[in-house]
Amino acid sequence: MCGIVGLFLKDDALKPQLGEMLSAMLITMTDRGPDSAGIAIYGDETAGQTKITVQSGTPDSDFPALEKHIQDQTHLAKDKLSFTMRDTHAVIVAAETDKDHILTLIINNHPNIRVMSQGQSIEIYKEVGLPKNVVERFALTQATGSHGIGHTRMATESAVTTLGAHPFSTGSDQCLVHNGSLSNHNMMRRKLRAEGVNIQTENDSEVAAAYLSARMSEGETLGEALTSGLNDLDGFFTFVVGTKTGFGVLRDPIACKPAVMAETDAYVAFGSEYRALVNLPDIDQARVWEPEPAEVYFWSH
Amino acid sequence: MTTIDITEQGLRYLNETLQQQSTGTNQKEWDIINPRGSHAIAVGLDAPIQVTVNGSTGYYCGGMNKQASITIKGSAGPGVAENMSSGMVVVEGDASQYAGATGRGGTLVIRGNAASRCGISMKGIDIIVAGNIGHMSAFMAQKGNLVVLGDAGEALGDSLYEARLFVRGSVKSLGADCIEKDMTEAHIKQLAELLERADMDADPAQFRRYGSARQLYHFDVDNVSAY
Repeated sequence: MCGIVGLFLKDDALKPQLGEMLSAMLITMTDRGPDSAGIAIYGDETAGQTKITVQSGTPDSDFPALEKHIQDQTHLAKDKLSFTMRDTHAVIVAAETDKDHILTLIINNHPNIRVMSQGQSIEIYKEVGLPKNVVERFALTQATGSHGIGHTRMATESAVTTLGAHPFSTGSDQCLVHNGSLSNHNMMRRKLRAEGVNIQTENDSEVAAAYLSARMSEGETLGEALTSGLNDLDGFFTFVVGTKTGFGVLRDPIACKPAVMAETDAYVAFGSEYRALVNLPDIDQARVWEPEPAEVYFWSH
Repeated sequence: MTTIDITEQGLRYLNETLQQQSTGTNQKEWDIINPRGSHAIAVGLDAPIQVTVNGSTGYYCGGMNKQASITIKGSAGPGVAENMSSGMVVVEGDASQYAGATGRGGTLVIRGNAASRCGISMKGIDIIVAGNIGHMSAFMAQKGNLVVLGDAGEALGDSLYEARLFVRGSVKSLGADCIEKDMTEAHIKQLAELLERADMDADPAQFRRYGSARQLYHFDVDNVSAY
C-alpha cells in the first residue's frame, strides 16, 4: 500500500499552518503503511542562501563534528552559517556559493552522514516508525512553508531503513514520493548511473526520482519529465513530486494505486484516500476528484 | 429515523446495529453522519431498511448488501457495493475504482462518474452511471447490466462473458472479445426499465449495446437461458 499526502497552498495566510495540516493528513494515513514516514517541506528561502538537510544514526557525535568541520573549512562568518539539529536530522543553512564545497566535505569525510536534500527551500525529514512518532521527533507540526509532501511506507521493493523511506530527493529542491512498485528499476538505475546520475539506494522509488531529476537537468520542465516517465518507467505508480515552485501528480495508465485530490481558492491537496482530506478548511466546498490515469497534473506558484 | 454519528459512536457500533436489523424491523430509516471517508460503512446489511450516509465514504461502502437501500450523499471510495446481492446503493457523487465489483444482484446507481474497473467481474448486478466510466470497466463481466449515460474509457468489456453493456456516449476502445451488438425492441424495453429504476431521464434509443463475441470463452448455446 503506502499512503501519500500533499498540500500546495495558494493562500499565503495558510503558510504558518502547513506543517500542522500536512502532519495531520499524514497521521490519518498511518494504516496504509506503518513502516516509516517522511515529510518534505518547502519553507521560506533567503536569496543567496542554501539549505542542506542531513541525517545520521549517531547524531550526538556526528553533527558537532560536522558543524566544526564546516566552520573550519568555509570562510563564512559564523552568524551567516546556521546548524540546527533536530533528532537524527540537521539543517545547515549556508551561503549558496559554499553549497558544493559543503556537500563534497560531507560526502568525502563524514561517511555516517547522509544528505537528505539540498536546495534553497526544501527540507526533508524521514525515519523508520509511525507517522505520529516521526512528526513528533521533528516537530513537524510547527513547520511553515508554501507546499509540502508526506509519505507513510509499507515497504515492498527494498528494506525498512531510513534511506528507504520517502520522500527521495535527487536534485536541488526536488523530491518525489511513490505508492506502487516499479518493475524496470534495476535496468533504469544502471542506465542512469551510466549517465553519471548519483543513486544512493536499491530502492525503486529513488530511481523514479533520479529519472525525473535527470530529465529536468536536461532542460525538461517537471510536466515534460513526468510525461517522459510514462514511456520509460514500467510498473505501478502514483507519484507526487515537489519542486521549488510547484507540485505535480502522475498515475500510471492502469492506476491501481488510489488518489484523491481537492482544490479550493486556498489550496490544492492530494491524499491516497479522502480520509486524509476531511479536516482541511472548507473541504465541503472543495472540488474533489480522482486524478485520471496517465495524465500529468501540475500546479506552480 | 435513527441517527448514528460515526465519529461519536464508532464504525463497529454502526455496522453491528445495522446488521442486527431483521427483515421485519420497525426501524426502517437510518441516518449516518460524519462518515469522513471511513472504510466499510454499512456493509453486510440484510434487512429492508433505508440508510442515508451524509458525506463521502472510503473503501467498500455498502459491500455485500442484501435488501437494504443505501444512499451516499457524497462520493464513494473504491469498491462501493462490492459483491452486493440485492437492494440498492445510490452514490450521489462520483465513485472510485471497481464500483459494483463482483455484484450478484441488486442495483447500483452512480449519479456522477465512475472510475476504472466499474462492474469488474459483475455477476448479475445492474449498474447505472449518469456520467462516464473509466478504463477496463466490465472486465470479465458475467451477468447483469451496465448502463452508462456518458462515455466509457479504454478496453470496455475485456474478456466479457454474458453481461450487457449499454453506452450512450463514446467508447474509447473495446476490450478483447467485446463487440457492438444490435439493440432489439427487447433491449430497449429492458434499458427503459433500468433507466426508470435509476430515476434517470434518457432516451433508450440513443444507446448502443455491447456484449461478448463469445470467441474467447466456451459459450454453449444450450445454456443461454442461464443469462
